[in-house]
Amino acid sequence: MEHLVEDKLTFKDFETDQDVRWCPGCGDYAILKAVQKTLPEIGKAKEDIVFISGIGCSSRFPYYVETYGFHTIHGRAPAVATGVKLANPKLSVWQVTGDGDALAIGGNHYIHALRRNIDINILLFNNEIYGLTKGQFSPTSATGIKTKSSPQGTVDRAFNPGKLAVGAESNFFARVIDIEPKKMIDVFIQAEQHKGTSLIEILQNCIIFNDKVFADVTAKDVKLDRQLWLEHGKPMMFGAENNKGLILNGLKLEVVTIGENGITEADILVHDAHEEDSTLHNMLINMSAPDFPVAFGVIRQVEASSFNDNVWKQIEEEKTNAKFNSVDELMNSGVTWEID
Amino acid sequence: MSDKTVELDEVVIKFAGDSGDGMQLTGSQFSNTTAFIGNDLATFPDFPAEIRAPQGTVAGVSGFKIQFGNQQIFSPGDEADVLIAMNPAALKANLDWIKERGTIIIDSDSFRAKDFEKAQFESNPLEDGSLEGYNLIEAPITKLTKDSVADCDIENKFRTRSKNMFALGIVYWLFSRPLSITENFLDAKFKSKPEIAKANKQALKAGYNYALTVELLPSAYTVKAATLPKGKYRSITGNTATAWGILAAGEQANLDLFLGTYPITPASDILHELSKHKNFNVVSLQAEDEIAGICSAIGASFAGSLAITSTSGPGLALKGEAIGLAMMTELPIVVIDVQRGGPSTGLPTKTEQSDLLQAVYGRNGESPVIVIAASTPSNCFDYAYTAAKLAVEHMTPVILLTDGFIANGAEPWKIKSVGEMPSITPAFVSDREEDWKAYDRDEDKLNRKWAVPGMKGFEHRIGGLEKQEVTGNVSYEPSNHETMVKLRAQKVARVANYIPDVEINGSDDAELLVVGWGGTYGGLHTAVEAMQLNGDAVAHAHFNFINPLPKNTAAIFSQYKKIVVCELNNGQFVKLLRSELPQFDYLQYNKIQGLPFSKGELITEFRRLVEV
Repeated sequence: MEHLVEDKLTFKDFETDQDVRWCPGCGDYAILKAVQKTLPEIGKAKEDIVFISGIGCSSRFPYYVETYGFHTIHGRAPAVATGVKLANPKLSVWQVTGDGDALAIGGNHYIHALRRNIDINILLFNNEIYGLTKGQFSPTSATGIKTKSSPQGTVDRAFNPGKLAVGAESNFFARVIDIEPKKMIDVFIQAEQHKGTSLIEILQNCIIFNDKVFADVTAKDVKLDRQLWLEHGKPMMFGAENNKGLILNGLKLEVVTIGENGITEADILVHDAHEEDSTLHNMLINMSAPDFPVAFGVIRQVEASSFNDNVWKQIEEEKTNAKFNSVDELMNSGVTWEID
Repeated sequence: MSDKTVELDEVVIKFAGDSGDGMQLTGSQFSNTTAFIGNDLATFPDFPAEIRAPQGTVAGVSGFKIQFGNQQIFSPGDEADVLIAMNPAALKANLDWIKERGTIIIDSDSFRAKDFEKAQFESNPLEDGSLEGYNLIEAPITKLTKDSVADCDIENKFRTRSKNMFALGIVYWLFSRPLSITENFLDAKFKSKPEIAKANKQALKAGYNYALTVELLPSAYTVKAATLPKGKYRSITGNTATAWGILAAGEQANLDLFLGTYPITPASDILHELSKHKNFNVVSLQAEDEIAGICSAIGASFAGSLAITSTSGPGLALKGEAIGLAMMTELPIVVIDVQRGGPSTGLPTKTEQSDLLQAVYGRNGESPVIVIAASTPSNCFDYAYTAAKLAVEHMTPVILLTDGFIANGAEPWKIKSVGEMPSITPAFVSDREEDWKAYDRDEDKLNRKWAVPGMKGFEHRIGGLEKQEVTGNVSYEPSNHETMVKLRAQKVARVANYIPDVEINGSDDAELLVVGWGGTYGGLHTAVEAMQLNGDAVAHAHFNFINPLPKNTAAIFSQYKKIVVCELNNGQFVKLLRSELPQFDYLQYNKIQGLPFSKGELITEFRRLVEV
């Protein structure tokens, strides 16, 4: 029972009567707004949209979106979302999670949702810190970071959520940042349109416990030189004068400048998000400042049938070939006998 | 047929061999044939946790016990009248469990010196007199099986594999059973390998003819058909009955079924069975772990499916937090726990009533859920159905406890029809409801209403945080929390208004009331009936509803001077009774050996209690 949208909805239709309770200045506000502005654009009725979260600051999200919503338990939202989508594949299902929820306690569900390719959208708020528990390091925190639980600095290595996703056979990976609302909306719409698990890593600033953690890519003076916004079919160009680009040098990416050493625009790699081989996508995901720009936008988007489609296709096939048309027929099948 | 046919009332047979010898198949074939000719029966498969434990060792022995008779049979029985031992280890493992003057059939080809060593016999039991007093039949089963398949076009390694069928043939002759049921089974099973089917059928026939011909066997026996209620019957195991009960509930309630689960012994057969029947709109998700199993089911429940998860003790422990979420969000879900020996990994293939306390109390906070227990293989159907009905009508998790003993055991089942089962009315919100709030409650049952995504105008948010009464908004208000804790407890307590009274087998003035719950029904019933026939003043009350307890529980208990609570654990139900109904004195009888109660030990204990 998918419903037609009668009147064009606006972002206001997706605001709830609950007070939003993130810290003032939290990056989550901008993400919420971007989502509320995305939803009128996806052609779904409010009742056909579900937001599901785990535990953490980001996971309060469903309370603030006027759709169906379920704030579940720590790390398990991908499993709950999988159940919702399998039970009713017509729903647009969004999972909201953070770096602790998705990659620490929920790591298992994260990789298996991606592996199965269930058709949901995962918004992964990555602030490289635990906020709700007041400031411990997370699986994405940079090595050496000093926090309440690592007063001497961590010796842990960090996960890169995108590399982990691609390793788990993810078909859609995008990266955005909380201070770019229009680009967020654009990527969220692409994620919704993609059939299969769409993972969007959102670099999100925690103003209280990890402020300015992304300043090396967002500061005004370096921003243009340290952000590469990828678009399928377009050359991988960036820089304050838009004259820098990426080339492959042997098996490694290299930043070059057009006009230097005989480099022309034709030498620059063209982004192919649809390429099944994830080698180059992985290299792009892995780039970090200051030697490389950080890659943003839809980095990987490969078409494949979704888990929910395959599950229901099998059920429909079973109905066509059904040996028993009712439970009574099943129970009366095989060896039976009468006692008179 | 022998001219010396002896008629018996009831018989216990034990098939035992290596885990690779096919004893489970042999036993279930004998059961099917025996049920088909009208005997009542109960079975008890007993196998090691290892898939292939070291060959020839006692640890690797796989057994299948069946009791059948011309009366109603409630348990697989204790000591065997007939033991089929495919090797010395099988003999050793079962020697203490054979009746005096019982029959032992052995494969003499597998009783060589090194076989005895492996089974850790100090001397040859065939020669040292330890089998004196038994009716020992030494048959060269391996060699005769090989001879019987000589003309079959099969690989050499398969030539002795049908020896279980040869042994089955001997037993079929011994108890005057037809071969046709097993022959048909073999044809169907090896449809694509007709030579294998042929080899097995020839071995079966050869075993039958061998028994008929040799004079080693004293006589053939018959056991007349039992006088069971009229109707159409089939043989069913507890796990199959559980799966079918769920299917029937889904059909009756007109709900899609969702099973989110993770394989675990001894519950996996429920996953296997439901996965065969996707045509009934069954989504079966083999999740990445136990937690994902239940969480996916909770998601499906939120979206309007009849949601199930199945597990055993260790898995129930992992699901605890998620059961709390379903309890808090007041979503229906059925958690099937096929109990096994615990704690920790415990005894995966052995039975134990291990999880009653975990089911009732095993969550953080005040977290009441409905807990019910099936008590026979076939009534797993009824209680699985009831679990689903209570879940979707009362909007709560329901934990259904079965156990390895009834889950793997089989018995004849008078086939029910979905139409004769009670109706199921899921607590869906009415489309016409105005000004609906997520935690509006039904006045009688106190359940909230089920509004599922896709329903226009009912968009709402739920979660594990405490809810404001009525609105369901997040609330940290102190008195609201107390109100909600009590409301949730009341909601489950009121289920007592919707379940049947506990029944008594025996008279009001009996000296001793035997109390049991779940899968010990057959054993307790058999012992109590035997004592009653003997004139002993013993009564039996068996509980299928654990939380809440049936409303007449206290009234029943107050009639008896002595109450003994019998459990296959260290005393879990008795703890619950002592806290819920502290006005009574409870004696207890516990066995914690991974084995069911035996009739003999129960009678001895009950007699002692009556007399003291």
